[in-house]
Amino acid sequence: MPVMEYIDAIRLAMKEEMERDENVFVLGEDVGVKGGVFTTTKGLQEQFGELRVMDTPLAESAIAGVAIGAAMYGMKPIAEMQYSDFMLPATNQIISEAAKIRYRSNNDWNCPVVVRAPIGGGIFGGLYHSQCPESIFFGTPGLKIVAPYSAYDAKGLLKAAVRDPDPVLFFENKKCYKLIKEDVPEDDYIVPIGKANVLREGTDITVIGYSLPLHFAMQAAAELEAEQGISAHILDLRTIQPLDREAIIAAARKTGKVLIVHEDNKTGGVGAEVAAIISEECLFELDAPIQRLCGPDVPAMPISPPMEKFFMLSKDKVKEAMTQLALF
Amino acid sequence: MSSNKQLTDVLMPQLAESLVSATIGKWLKKPGDRVEQYEPICEVITDKVNAEIPSTLDGIMGELLAEEGQEISVGTVICRIETESADSAPATAAGGHSQTSAGTPAAASTASASSDQSQRSRYSPAVQTMAAEHNIDLRNVPGTGLGGRITRKDVLNYLENGGAGSSAPVAQAPTQQAQSVSAQQPQAQQPAVPTSSPGGISADLSRAAFEPVRHSGLHLTETPRIPTIEVEGGDRSEYFIDVTPIRNTIATRMRQSVSEIPHGWMMIEVDVTNLVQLRNKIKDEFKKKEGVNLTYLAFLLKAVVSAIKDYPIMNSVWAVDKIIVKRDINISLAVGTEDSVLTPVIKKADQKNIAGLAREIDELATKVRAGKLKLDDMQGGTFTVNNTGSFGSILTQPIINYPQAAILTFESIVKKPVVINDMIAVRSMANLCLSLDHRILDGVICGRFMQRVKDNMESYSLDTQVY
Repeated sequence: MPVMEYIDAIRLAMKEEMERDENVFVLGEDVGVKGGVFTTTKGLQEQFGELRVMDTPLAESAIAGVAIGAAMYGMKPIAEMQYSDFMLPATNQIISEAAKIRYRSNNDWNCPVVVRAPIGGGIFGGLYHSQCPESIFFGTPGLKIVAPYSAYDAKGLLKAAVRDPDPVLFFENKKCYKLIKEDVPEDDYIVPIGKANVLREGTDITVIGYSLPLHFAMQAAAELEAEQGISAHILDLRTIQPLDREAIIAAARKTGKVLIVHEDNKTGGVGAEVAAIISEECLFELDAPIQRLCGPDVPAMPISPPMEKFFMLSKDKVKEAMTQLALF
Repeated sequence: MSSNKQLTDVLMPQLAESLVSATIGKWLKKPGDRVEQYEPICEVITDKVNAEIPSTLDGIMGELLAEEGQEISVGTVICRIETESADSAPATAAGGHSQTSAGTPAAASTASASSDQSQRSRYSPAVQTMAAEHNIDLRNVPGTGLGGRITRKDVLNYLENGGAGSSAPVAQAPTQQAQSVSAQQPQAQQPAVPTSSPGGISADLSRAAFEPVRHSGLHLTETPRIPTIEVEGGDRSEYFIDVTPIRNTIATRMRQSVSEIPHGWMMIEVDVTNLVQLRNKIKDEFKKKEGVNLTYLAFLLKAVVSAIKDYPIMNSVWAVDKIIVKRDINISLAVGTEDSVLTPVIKKADQKNIAGLAREIDELATKVRAGKLKLDDMQGGTFTVNNTGSFGSILTQPIINYPQAAILTFESIVKKPVVINDMIAVRSMANLCLSLDHRILDGVICGRFMQRVKDNMESYSLDTQVY
């Protein structure tokens, strides 16, 4: 099994799906000749031609609009937003059209579009290259939202997203692109959308999250086990809409002490919904108040390095929160 | 005093995102050279940038640890700078203090760990559920949580060790003291059992126990404060007017002008008695002949344009590192309408006579009122004149028409008693006001300019030719 980077896994998923189904095509800013600003689509235009790997104008509303129209007409577009920060001009297309068309047309139409968008900071990108916009789309019925943590999941979830008959937002973490290297099978597999994944079994505390911060949680969990004998149970949501309620409830029951982590800001984030599910379903099995460790409620990621460090989650911050919860 | 010398490491900085190393290009300082803070000490080369690394402090270059041409990872020491530090001794002393003081609370917390039992009788839902299920008397369960709280895991451990049921008043690790107490008050108070719990956790527990306990749980972080702004509906006491595009442009330009240009202001008084007589004499004939009114403004423009020719700096623009003086004198004329003000331009005003200016003023004013100004009519102004007297003002403090250097206003002509040769005469007087960009212009030059305008205005006489 070859070792590959998170970004390679995403590229491989697109390549495999384009080879498998000629209706699959990619469009976005600089995805063709340049191969994407992060090289995510590198080599695809050489292989599939410029009709299937299309450079678009700098207009996210048009990228989403064209992709949604093509999807409703039977194509399988993968629309790339260069940074999820730039995605907001396309929110109307995504929320008002893509998410609603199946419902609005009483099942006559559907929209199998995939919108890929890199999220997250810690890359010295400042305000407009670091945001986590999950909470903008989260809670919109009709949309599926996935946010892979590992390279394996990135490939499997993207392939599942392409094959899904409804719109899927694929939030890939740009800090993970080169940071995460692991074994990824070259064969055709998918990771089902809507299924969470237990990354680590444990008995003292439960950590629930998605995307990059789970790497911090995994490192912290290994250290806490070795240093203080604290055993952490870690659940990767993988799909943040629809949430895997059964997996969340099972993970919460496992220890009765729950910490939710994500980089998107705390208020109104995915963690709030996860906490609400747990309090609805398992009040009598809770042994501590449900904790959330998230980005601060400030308007944007600062560009100043110390401020960026303050904003970002880290292994140390996650470890501290896990320790506090274990001691409670 | 070599003991006062201190060597400070200089590290390879992170020069750009994603860079992990950089190559030393050239050392600009040799060992023994004096170095000041922010002074470049070496040049570095990377894929992205070539840069100089500045010194982080004053001192003398000690040793160079990297050679020219060598690739150095970010964060590696590249050289050491020697500083004479009077504060080095206190620094180490402070370090010593902090070490000893760090030891004290640790010791204290170990002692107090067993005594803090404030959370002993607060039971979480999970603990209560399990206690009810297994019929456990929680007073018998040792608590290892914060403030002696019984955790879910404590109950699980208790069950595992066969502590179910309500027998065995003191299950684990009874101390002498506890035994004597329980003789009188069975199950009254359970000593915490740090000795029986795993070492790692109990050490951390004791540290946490030293901190003040938050009674309502861990989740009480501060909620974001959002200011409440009450917006009053525009119903009775006020109403709203939409901002038109032209209003918006005026607002933007005015704001830009007052915030960028330091405005200076001056005013002079001009005796226009002769001009009034001249105009009264020829205006009817002029109107008959030319079809347009011969206004005072035309005479003023002529006087201003002639003065600008004598003082060309009035016709200039501030360009930060230079002042641009315009050769063409294009006069922007402020023309008001009911709800806006526009500044159409009389191009090359210096090449026109008074009659020509009068005709142009009339044309532009007509175009403004008819809304027929073209973009071309609005562009290229170099100096602005505003006939504020036309709406009765005797004094104004105009805002410069950005990016010009000055603006001049012509106020109402008012008859006033004036002293001439120690006699009082009734004369027609008018004020001229000037706002100036004080970055370009000062009082002396503007005073001279205004004086020249005044001279020009006062030298009109009954035999002045308008053609």
